[in-house]
Amino acid sequence: MSKILVIAEHAEGKLNASVSKTLAVAEKIGGETHVAVLAADGAAVAAEAAKLAGVAKVLVVNNAANAQPTSAVLAPQIVELAKQGYTHVLFPGTTFGKDLAPRVAAKLDVQQVSDIMAVHGASSFDRPTYAGNAITTVEAPAGTVVATVRLASFNAVAQTGSAAVETVSVSAALPTHTRFVKLEAQKSERPDLQSAAKVVSGGRALGSSENFKVVYALADKIGAGVGASRAAVDSGYVPNDMQVGQTGKIIAPELYIAVGISGAIQHLAGIKDARTIVAINKDPEAPIFEVADFGLVGDLFQVLPEMTAKL
Amino acid sequence: MKALVSVKRVVDYNVRIQVKSDGTGVVTDGVKHSMNPFDEIAMEEAVRLKEKGKVTEIVAVTIGGDKNEETLRTALAFGADRAIHIKEAGEVQPLTAAKAFAAVLKKEGAQLFIAGKQAIDDDANQTGQMVAALLDIAQATFASKVEVEGNKAIVTREVDAGLETLEVDLPAVITADLRLNEPRYLKLPDIMKAKKKPVETVSFADLGVTPAAGLKTTKTVPPPSRSKGIVVKTVDELVSALKAKGLV
Repeated sequence: MSKILVIAEHAEGKLNASVSKTLAVAEKIGGETHVAVLAADGAAVAAEAAKLAGVAKVLVVNNAANAQPTSAVLAPQIVELAKQGYTHVLFPGTTFGKDLAPRVAAKLDVQQVSDIMAVHGASSFDRPTYAGNAITTVEAPAGTVVATVRLASFNAVAQTGSAAVETVSVSAALPTHTRFVKLEAQKSERPDLQSAAKVVSGGRALGSSENFKVVYALADKIGAGVGASRAAVDSGYVPNDMQVGQTGKIIAPELYIAVGISGAIQHLAGIKDARTIVAINKDPEAPIFEVADFGLVGDLFQVLPEMTAKL
Repeated sequence: MKALVSVKRVVDYNVRIQVKSDGTGVVTDGVKHSMNPFDEIAMEEAVRLKEKGKVTEIVAVTIGGDKNEETLRTALAFGADRAIHIKEAGEVQPLTAAKAFAAVLKKEGAQLFIAGKQAIDDDANQTGQMVAALLDIAQATFASKVEVEGNKAIVTREVDAGLETLEVDLPAVITADLRLNEPRYLKLPDIMKAKKKPVETVSFADLGVTPAAGLKTTKTVPPPSRSKGIVVKTVDELVSALKAKGLV
């Protein structure tokens, strides 16, 4: 039977929503699942993790060195935990997981599976390649399966659990070559891009950061998160953490409204799994119309305010 | 200080790839290839560090068959001083690549290993992190700003929450995000000069690297296609269509 370790991502004493989706993969693999919380003081995060369905046990590793998680410090501790009979070590496919998982895999001397999007068995998974234009089924070799989970492909598990929380200590030597300096976080009242049911995204055609207000107005009217294309981010209209696509966030909302976005391969990689795609663009030849369920050819500066008013 | 930059030859980012109908992979024969875009950014950053006097020598390294020499020549045209071609005709997965790069890094005594954050073909986003792990050195992934001061680097990273800054001791691994820089256009004289720069060829055996067991690909299929939708004429039509589906 599989014994699965899910690494919890958290910040400011709160469990990241990505952990629940990672647990959905553990559920599909089947087996005994533990969640590891590495923190300076992990009590609050562990209590949240214990409520998630399918968790048999929450392991808390408290260490002042974990206050600002860096992969260099977390990896040796996770490697030590992983060696205690785990068949799988799963990470959310966030920047946290992507940075950390390969460091753990290399230390365990195994190849890593990136972005699991479907589970066929304990060691057989689907993952996207070529910006999502090919789906590859891979079979992991013998040894621990270290993997990250593509969040857009799974639903969060229910909060019906009541797992035991156990504080454990690890003796791994922690390096000092990596030091956290600061985090400049973007504060937003809008729904989180990766978990929002609706997302409105703007592209280059917005023309300026000031003009982006028409996108925000529509998003706020329908309670949507706001995303952007690479062009809009590179032009400085919005911060980089709003980028949707192959190198930004991969999302799968119920409704995705692309405004002034042409629909390059790299952008489509991030939205292919959206349930309904709406494209508003003045170029009828834009590739975004090939994937849109509803397309409207027109000037976004007229269409958006009109749409916002009529909703 | 010496910088090692890894570069990969991939199907060009503008190509609409085709999955083979027998499910064995994607068509790569006769398809335009170029340097992985993230690696161009890694090369550009190394060259800028050299122009600022922080780096004295840039060594470009690649793993792959004969055609990868083109990719190395591109790296040399960017401004690499010399190149190392680890010749291996078959598929090489990240852990094996990392073992080879770690061996070269050690042999060269380089203080910086700069790589792209991911290759746009396998989309793994693993190799840089694995090199750092194998050598027990610092890593700063998804970098959008790099400053080298003495024996350390201050790196701003693109993370989900915004921008994170780390200070790392050298030697260190840095992986480049798209916003790190804008790679320069290569000029003809530089391309001509690159032809004369030295390229050393080595094998996994020369480096003492045994390939790690890899993931076995059992099937490759195209993603489910989306059916073409409808084009509406007016905002009213769009709004009622969305209301009918219960989306707004």
